[in-house]
Amino acid sequence: MSVGFVMLVHTALDRASQVARHWASRDCPVVIHADKRVPTKRFRAFMESLSDLENIRFTSRRRCEWGTWSLVAATQEVSEVMLREFPEVRHVYFASGSCMPLRPVSELKDYLAKRPNTDFIESVTIEDVPWIVGGLDHERFTLRFPFSWKRQRFLFDRYVQIQRALRVRRKIPERIDPHMGSQWWCLTRQTLSALLEDPDRATFDRYFRRVWIPDESYFQTLVRLYSRQIESRSLTLSKFDFQGKPHIFYDDHLQLLRRSDCFVARKIWPHADRLYETFLSGSRTTMAGTEPSPEKIDRVFAQAVDRRTRGRAGLTMQSRFPNDGWENGRTAATYSVFEGFNCLFNDFEQWLTRRTGTRVHGNLFDPRRVQFAGTESTYNGALSDSAALRDYDSEAFLINLIWATRGERQSFQFGPADNQDISWFLAKDSNAQVNVISGAWALPLFHSNRNFSEIRKEAARLQKIEGEHLNILRSPYTKARVRIWTLADFIQDPMTNLQDILDETGPRSSRRLTEVPQMIDMTGFGQFLQNLKNQGMKPVLMGDFPAGNDVATAAAIPAKPYLVR
Amino acid sequence: MGALTSYRLRLERKRWRVRAFRKRRELRSVVNRTSAIRSSDILVFSTMRNERARLEYFLRFYRELGVNHFLMVDNASDDGSREFLREQRDVSLWTTGASYKRSRFGVDWLNWLQMRYGHGHWTLVVDPDEFFVYPFCDTRPLRALTDWLDASSIKSFGAMLLDMYPKGAISDVPYTPGQNPFEIANWFDSSNYTIKRNRLYGNLWVQGGPRARAFFSDLPERAPALNKIPLVKWHRSYTYVSSTHMLLPRGLNQVYDEWGGEKASGCLLHAKFLDTFAEKSAEELTRGQHYANSHEYRAYHSKLKDDPSLWCKWSEKYINWRQLEILGLMSKGNWA
Repeated sequence: MSVGFVMLVHTALDRASQVARHWASRDCPVVIHADKRVPTKRFRAFMESLSDLENIRFTSRRRCEWGTWSLVAATQEVSEVMLREFPEVRHVYFASGSCMPLRPVSELKDYLAKRPNTDFIESVTIEDVPWIVGGLDHERFTLRFPFSWKRQRFLFDRYVQIQRALRVRRKIPERIDPHMGSQWWCLTRQTLSALLEDPDRATFDRYFRRVWIPDESYFQTLVRLYSRQIESRSLTLSKFDFQGKPHIFYDDHLQLLRRSDCFVARKIWPHADRLYETFLSGSRTTMAGTEPSPEKIDRVFAQAVDRRTRGRAGLTMQSRFPNDGWENGRTAATYSVFEGFNCLFNDFEQWLTRRTGTRVHGNLFDPRRVQFAGTESTYNGALSDSAALRDYDSEAFLINLIWATRGERQSFQFGPADNQDISWFLAKDSNAQVNVISGAWALPLFHSNRNFSEIRKEAARLQKIEGEHLNILRSPYTKARVRIWTLADFIQDPMTNLQDILDETGPRSSRRLTEVPQMIDMTGFGQFLQNLKNQGMKPVLMGDFPAGNDVATAAAIPAKPYLVR
Repeated sequence: MGALTSYRLRLERKRWRVRAFRKRRELRSVVNRTSAIRSSDILVFSTMRNERARLEYFLRFYRELGVNHFLMVDNASDDGSREFLREQRDVSLWTTGASYKRSRFGVDWLNWLQMRYGHGHWTLVVDPDEFFVYPFCDTRPLRALTDWLDASSIKSFGAMLLDMYPKGAISDVPYTPGQNPFEIANWFDSSNYTIKRNRLYGNLWVQGGPRARAFFSDLPERAPALNKIPLVKWHRSYTYVSSTHMLLPRGLNQVYDEWGGEKASGCLLHAKFLDTFAEKSAEELTRGQHYANSHEYRAYHSKLKDDPSLWCKWSEKYINWRQLEILGLMSKGNWA
């Protein structure tokens, strides 16, 4: 009872030699195929370095290219030599020059001895392989691939196109039901020899010669014909990135590899000295009987794929600059925008801070300077309060602020007097919660000590700006959570409206409102609006305020609202 | 991109190459050890002037990363830099007294040296005050990165310039030669950068950081560019266009992802703001050899009179690359 290793090597021969020696000196025969592209001189030295070991064989060399039949042919050859030369071998383990044993060979032997008739080969029917990268799944088996994907990409692509256009479909030989899987398998002598000695092998070989990446499907398919018992998984740990390239293991993966409990891993970076030292020294404490569990280390690699394909939401940086609509979240976290609230209430910002425990800024887009919470001159992420810097790229300013304050809910005030460049961004950002009291900007004007003609002009300007802003918020492209009240509507029932907003904003607001912000004095506001009308301007955004009939603000907000209800 | 633009850029690339070829005559070899370069070596290319104090640490830093050979151009130093570099066994040195400005801030000289010696190598183009940080740089040598880039068929690797500054006034703590500059200047701005896309060349234009905050808060569009592509698997037909900000052919500038994902990237820690800075910027101002009529140095100089501090309450203290990764200044991409 023994296990033998067949190896394909093409680079880093010194490492391959080390690994082969490791196995051979522990009584596992090794048969090696070296790529023809390895210079003869180097190959000689490689053979020389292993010449003291009797149970190592080399096969004739052929030129191997990724994705082509040459790899399967080489594998067949090494397997045949293995079966012929070492009759005591029961399991044949297929490895590459960049594989490395993670557990003592004795454990692998025990493990296989306990499963004498099991073939370990990942073999999944092509109907349900989710991990094929590159768009060709069924077509691998139904089209012909005479051109190299690596060297003759243009011809490869054109030929695929032509075949698709002509609806070419190869006939799949009888008895063959295409399966795919990792090329790193471990098969029993019985299965492997049956496969290699099949009278139909010539037919199968002819067929697979034109299949794309046959080393992922040849053994995986044929093994279904002969095996008594298939464990559809690989004993070799290998992880693939989003393009289907294997991840490489480095020195800092040492603990990760240990935890995986796998027998063999690939690919190892040839210069990972510490890994080779640790795992080839043979001094490892054993974990006898433990099942290999590659899923233990999945998280790290799944994360890498996610990082590369989806990235971190709300981050723009030197290597992530998504096209419009591809941001997967324009900003990093939910935030609130309050429009008109600080015109209607005297102490709205302080009140909101107390009520919700969130960070409440003033008008971040104030044309004079950025009003950060606490009137700081710089803020999180070292953002400056300079209006020029902010206006240079106001979207980046907001994205940066929300990114830098991840974990703390941000709110800010906004109004028609502010820089409006950010309007569309706010509307299209699904993280924005925009609450608007339209027309509230008239209140500061109402209380201001300015000439009426000036006020009228300013009111007309602000109304125009806010009108445009509201149109944006109401556009079909809007993804933000938007609520708009007219001033008249809002003061009908400010308590309920505020409660609604708080329920959405922060966790602290779960209780009923006990304290309300102080509403500005609105006595005479109706008349003020009438005066504007009389001067020829039509204030529309604040809703209906009957002239002369003062709004009963005091009644609208009882001092202790919870008593009332 | 239309065929016409494509052709225009091709002509431009050829023009820069011809220019580099002509400018080779300005370089005089001091010591040429390039015969020692092996085919797989990683090379550093650098231009400098009067950087004696920094050179020691610069060489040590990159040697430890695994750089095999340095090809450097000395622009008329008179502080012993040349003598120092001549003695280094892994440095090939050229010297020139010609105008830095007219060589397009050293780009022409280095383009020539890269054309001549960089072909087929991974080349890193950095100034003596730029220190390359990449994912896993504390556990994996530079060769691990270049091997991975090779395996992934990636030809260029972006690294944003990250301005580092001390806490307190810039001139408070003197820098001793050989010292790690980031023992003094170990603070940076984490999230105040703006990005614009250059449609013609396809690169990003990154601005911001402490320089924009302190020196350009009224003229943000003049703030210096921070995007850099210092690490390239060089081919003799490539050329840097403007500093290491962008290259031609323009496919090399595509070091960012546009579909939501993150490509792997690093940072160049910029040790500009040490006590030597005031002196240096005064000198550069009088020489007038810098970009855009030395506008940048003018801005520095006017503020530097009152010895400013770049530090603010929200500055981040540098720990390691993982911190920069978490803050979103660089990314591991799909390198795990």
